[in-house]
Amino acid sequence: MDAKTTERTPLLHVKGASKYFGGLTALDKVDFVVYPGEVVALLGDNGAGKSTLIKCISGVYQPDEGAITFDGVAIHGRSPADIRGAGIETIYQDLALAENLDIGANVFLGKERKRRAFGVIPVTDDEFMRSEAAKVLERLDIHIPSLKQKLVRLSGGQRQAVAIARALYWNARLVIMDEPTAALGVPEQRKVLSLIRSLREQNIPVILISHTMQDVMEVADRMVVMLRGRAVADVPRAAATVEGLVTAIIGAGEMGG
Amino acid sequence: MTTAARAATAGLTPRNRALKLLAQLWSWLFLLALIIFFSATGQGFLSVRNFGNILVASTLVMLMAIGQTYVIVTGGIDLSIGWTVGLASVISATTMRNLANGGMDVSLSITLGVFAGLAVALIPGIINGALITRVKVPPFIATLGMFGIVRGAAFLLTDGQNVVGDLPAALRDSLRAIGNGSLLYSLPDTGQLYWFSLPAEVTGQQLRIVQRLLPYPVLFVVLMLIIFGFVLARTQFGRHTYAIGGNAEAARRAGINVTRHLTWVYILAALTAGMAGVLHVFRFTAGSPNAGESALLDSVAAVVIGGTSLFGGEGKLSGTVVGSLIIAVLQTGLVILAIDGLWQFIVVGCVIIIAVLVNQAQELIMRRQESALHGR
Repeated sequence: MDAKTTERTPLLHVKGASKYFGGLTALDKVDFVVYPGEVVALLGDNGAGKSTLIKCISGVYQPDEGAITFDGVAIHGRSPADIRGAGIETIYQDLALAENLDIGANVFLGKERKRRAFGVIPVTDDEFMRSEAAKVLERLDIHIPSLKQKLVRLSGGQRQAVAIARALYWNARLVIMDEPTAALGVPEQRKVLSLIRSLREQNIPVILISHTMQDVMEVADRMVVMLRGRAVADVPRAAATVEGLVTAIIGAGEMGG
Repeated sequence: MTTAARAATAGLTPRNRALKLLAQLWSWLFLLALIIFFSATGQGFLSVRNFGNILVASTLVMLMAIGQTYVIVTGGIDLSIGWTVGLASVISATTMRNLANGGMDVSLSITLGVFAGLAVALIPGIINGALITRVKVPPFIATLGMFGIVRGAAFLLTDGQNVVGDLPAALRDSLRAIGNGSLLYSLPDTGQLYWFSLPAEVTGQQLRIVQRLLPYPVLFVVLMLIIFGFVLARTQFGRHTYAIGGNAEAARRAGINVTRHLTWVYILAALTAGMAGVLHVFRFTAGSPNAGESALLDSVAAVVIGGTSLFGGEGKLSGTVVGSLIIAVLQTGLVILAIDGLWQFIVVGCVIIIAVLVNQAQELIMRRQESALHGR
């Protein structure tokens, strides 16, 4: 599964993307690819351009130059909803879940499954939604004791699992995770990392933005480092060291020649 | 999750459930305690006739509180519905009177009057919805503004009068037959039951003791509670109402049209207020700009006492029913005990604060248990 020797085509291909905010160059001709079934870590200091790149991919921003294709189809210039519909799901830190609702309701939020009560009145089919949610969580190897619990009663890692389950259920083909372990305790962080692995096992690539070097070294197949709006390093797992990555992140290698 | 952790969750869940049950049930228990207290101390409180009166009296607040529950579940509030009740009652009564005086058939006048009242009530709802969702005026401010506008409009329409009366006698009789009527009557001295209306031989003293077992206003409100309770608890519309109250941004990202949904919720609040206004005309054979004035804060109180969070996302219509009943029982009970009616405000005020404290305490205890469980 070496990306360089196979004739595999990238699922996501960012070609020479640039983005300017006034006089500031947030992205400077960035090339970035994601192949099916790989976990790509996106590294960089604050302001290096990680978030801008992610927002260009998910449609929140439009790149000023360059092109983005997903499965061979150009997606730059399309709306966030459109891009999500195409299968790129971004899981944000604030999770975008309704914590006052249960797991089934969240997985199906906005796309509720209905049945006919008394043969006529359309009502939400909560049993169906719960059992479908349970099946997806099963695929992620997540077991939640009571599916009727509201999300506010779940741990941070379990909520991440619900967000991922929702993406998975609606056929996400690429998952972007922004600092997924940032607000979690250590056991919860382990759980999220194993979630990322199970996504890879299902051949769903993940773009992982993280500051936690340990997490990155543990799950990523490839590390892309950004510095001042440019992608300055692209290192496969086998060749990566923490020292090397940190040097690239702070730009010391470049400055030292 | 480890086996130990799972066992811990399983061990705690029933306790959490018991706590939650207590937090939900306390208002029912409080209502029961009030009824027992007033029955024991108040002469004539414990009677079918009095309970019927309490239920009929509670219909105004209950109708307004239906819409208010939806609004508060979304995390908003509607302060304008009190005057929407008045506006609807004034328009409804005026329309009926003018049409009947113009020679129109009484039932047709009433029907058109009902629709006129309901239709005019929708206007403040539509404007509230537009202000809140499109211009992003906070619900408190938008509906406070509407409070003044609708109040002024209602009084201007009556030239500053408090009552739209002078209804023709035939119209008055027809309205009263519904507004004060009952599907089932009983005479306690004979035990005789009568459907739809009392026979002519029931007169004088008997009229004073006759029991209205199924008053039409109560039946109507029960029907509305069933419909709107079902919609809130079981349908997609209800689910989206909760989702918006829980996390409007998440709802938007999930593809829910939050703007349209919230607009419908404020229209719904105006509609149930309009129903209350029209019901006022049937009960009192008159329209009045201030028909719902005092009931506005009662409607908010009923929702809060019923366990609905002002932060949105939580609450049930059944809780609102209990909240409305607590207020109605207090009002009647204090009158029967010959306690100054002003005490009612103090007691209801205390109950609101207790309601919020109970919910907060329950939330706090459950959160503590979870923190321990998740090792946070």
